[in-house]
Amino acid sequence: MESILAQAQKIAEQAEVFIATSEEMPVQFEANRLKHIQSKQSSHIALRIIRNGRIGYAITTELDRSRDLIAAAVETAEFGTKAAFELPSLTLAYPQIEVFDPAVEAVPLEDMVNLGQNLIDQVRGHSPELLCDAEVTKGTVSVRILNSHGGQVAYQQSIFALGIEGQLIRDTDMLFVGEGQSSCHPLTDTRAITEVVIRQLELAQNQASLPTKSLPVIFTPNGVASALVSPLMAAFNGKTVLEGASPIGERLGEPVFDGKLHLADDPTLAYRPESRPADDEGMPSQRTPLIAEGKVASFIYDLQTAALAHTRSTGNGGRDHGGLPHPTPSAYVITPGKTTFEEMVGDIREGIVIEHLMGAGQGNILSGDFSGNVLLGYKIENGKIVGRVKDTMVSGNVYQVLNKISAIGSDARWVGSSVSTPSLYCPSVSVASKY
Amino acid sequence: MANIKNAGEQLAELLNRQQADYIEARLEESQISHITYRGKELESIGKANSIGGNVRALVNGGWGFTSFNSFTDLPNRLTLAVKQARLASGNESKLSPVAAVTDTKTVAQGSNSVNIPLAQKKQLLDEYQEVIWKTPKIQTSVIAYGDSHRKTLFLSSPGSHIEQERADITLRLTAVATEGSEVQQSGFSLGSRGDFTVMQGLHQQVADMSRRAVELLAAPRAKGGKYTVVLDPVLAGVFVHEAFGHLSESDFLYENERLREVMVLGRTFGSSELAIVDDATWPDLRGSYQYDDEGVPAHKTYLIREGKLVGRLHSRETAAKMEEPLTGNARAVNYRYPPIVRMTNTYIEPRAASFNDLIGDIKEGIYAKNWYGGTTSMEMFTFSAGEAYMIRHGKIAEAIRPVTLTGNVFDTLKNIDAIGNDLDMNQGGGCGKGDQVPLPVSNGSPHIRIRHCLVGGK
Repeated sequence: MESILAQAQKIAEQAEVFIATSEEMPVQFEANRLKHIQSKQSSHIALRIIRNGRIGYAITTELDRSRDLIAAAVETAEFGTKAAFELPSLTLAYPQIEVFDPAVEAVPLEDMVNLGQNLIDQVRGHSPELLCDAEVTKGTVSVRILNSHGGQVAYQQSIFALGIEGQLIRDTDMLFVGEGQSSCHPLTDTRAITEVVIRQLELAQNQASLPTKSLPVIFTPNGVASALVSPLMAAFNGKTVLEGASPIGERLGEPVFDGKLHLADDPTLAYRPESRPADDEGMPSQRTPLIAEGKVASFIYDLQTAALAHTRSTGNGGRDHGGLPHPTPSAYVITPGKTTFEEMVGDIREGIVIEHLMGAGQGNILSGDFSGNVLLGYKIENGKIVGRVKDTMVSGNVYQVLNKISAIGSDARWVGSSVSTPSLYCPSVSVASKY
Repeated sequence: MANIKNAGEQLAELLNRQQADYIEARLEESQISHITYRGKELESIGKANSIGGNVRALVNGGWGFTSFNSFTDLPNRLTLAVKQARLASGNESKLSPVAAVTDTKTVAQGSNSVNIPLAQKKQLLDEYQEVIWKTPKIQTSVIAYGDSHRKTLFLSSPGSHIEQERADITLRLTAVATEGSEVQQSGFSLGSRGDFTVMQGLHQQVADMSRRAVELLAAPRAKGGKYTVVLDPVLAGVFVHEAFGHLSESDFLYENERLREVMVLGRTFGSSELAIVDDATWPDLRGSYQYDDEGVPAHKTYLIREGKLVGRLHSRETAAKMEEPLTGNARAVNYRYPPIVRMTNTYIEPRAASFNDLIGDIKEGIYAKNWYGGTTSMEMFTFSAGEAYMIRHGKIAEAIRPVTLTGNVFDTLKNIDAIGNDLDMNQGGGCGKGDQVPLPVSNGSPHIRIRHCLVGGK
């Protein structure tokens, strides 16, 4: 790695080498039974150079082909974007963020198999006819970054994840339930997951139908993640803002959202899979408030976008899919409120609870519009959940829905690894049903 | 320097010495290039090469799988896969028999677009870029070009040795228009099996796309509810892929007794005009191949014929467990994943109706074109149009904001009451299943009309 950097420095003004290696072991259950055990090793090395003021980039899985790597970076630098930034010195003071637990690697395969079996046994103890897929995964990632300004960033991260999906089929009626959790620690509490699934099964026991009209809505944490988060991620991306394509790009400091709403991007939480001491460009991790008391507080930036926007990087340079760094959210955290889920439901005479809105992220998310099929959701009648709704479309606009929030739940939890949110109770979404 | 040929020779030696019911290895070398513009600036241009492989073993019904891009420790990767399979075992191994094959399939001469100089690709994208920015009220744009050339070597314990090469190109263009806090976008995408000429000469389409994004700023939203909708071949292709294609993938079915009862062969899903086909043998489409990733030859498979369920897509394991013929549909997105049952080129067969026949007697309906995406839960599916118009009194009327449509597979296919004569295959999409995305596929259909389709709206 040092030799690639040394060679690259000879032909470029600035150079950076990024190397990531990972080992991952998923244990998969299919149709209630153990089916696959996998182990996946992968590594890649990426070279970014600034040559004659332009960015060149190449990546390879073959660590011994450094000459090809440098040649490809040089070829792309001929056409590359003009670099507006300086690479950071990697001798900065990095925050101490714990993301590695050696206990993860030590979890025996047999224990992983037992955890998966427990997940399935617990939910089938409640509903014996449920057909389940489950996955238990452990893994380790190592990242190392060097650049021509000296110093280095190196860290190791452990990841452990548990998940279960179940389906209940009665003739042509299908019900899908599921839940998952992840951490940098080994997870052992299968009940925390299966209780969520069992609650979904209980609420969905009866069927109910809704009329076509505007109705009050409660998005559960899963519902917030499936319907509302992707438009927000696009809007707070510094690149979207720089291009003038974000509807909130010109509204920094303005009250665009309900005053109760607080949202931050936070890669500093200990032992969370999206946390890390530095981003993929070696900038120190920080918690970035995006919405504070309903006002637009900041956007997220990498080095290049920040330089073009005359601001500074928020430590959000990410390299998903092995490409050049670009502004990438780490974990979106919405601050919980004080209202319980039961209090929200109790407040509604006729309304809908959304647990999973299928297809919501597939429209024009830049405008904030969302529209999807209620894959899992419930009808509220006179302050009580009366059953599952199906064959129903829900549409709305994120900026309208989050502009007036009736209540924010006290029930914040992680949905996947990248969103932590409570339930949100909003006065109105548009419901279209076939009834 | 690592090399899949040498690694293959080493693995071939070792495969038959393992205590497993079945074992296979898949090695892969790939080259990729990409160019992305965001706004007026070139955002990213780059090249990548990758080499890697995997070993998959079956022992008493349990599968072990190891993937790697270091070839230094092959014997241990192999024994690890067998050990894992043994740990997952507990049943009887069942695989439909397939003849051992030795074959080499290379791409047609000149179709490895990765070797075309980046300067030439960039020049073309610069031209499209200029067309987009000539349109007033365009705020920004995204142009993403990517191509790849992939060489795979497949080896299996019954003695197959198959080398295949595959080239692939995708291009997606999006124009974004703004006015005040309104943001609208319009896009289109296309793909080819390494043929760069398909990406050329699109200037008029790019201009139309840009104009459409601006027009959407003034377009009203649809009112939510049930409509008669007419889908263009692109969106109808997404519809057939989501609404029915995924439900034909037997890995969802083979161990699911309840679903097998629902998906019994002979069940009526649509009118006698309806036929749905998956065909990997169609020459030069993005979903085409000679052999799937289990070494099974490609097939043309009727899923629905005369409105009735007549077939489904299989891997060797699902075919054996359901006692149905092999279809050669086990595919992996790359060497990091085991093959799973996937579609290839999926389409609705054309019939007699002209476009005017389809819209002529619609008093109020929606004409939905182009795609943003689609997804399915098996029973229910959604698919979103990139472009939509009201149909009024048998004529295409005003443009409306893009709509999301939804349906229930057991009703919606029956509600297709007219099928057009203009089959067109869309090469611009990719399919996702689990983590394995994007897999090159193509979808197609003629124009179709669906009654009582649920549309999201205000």
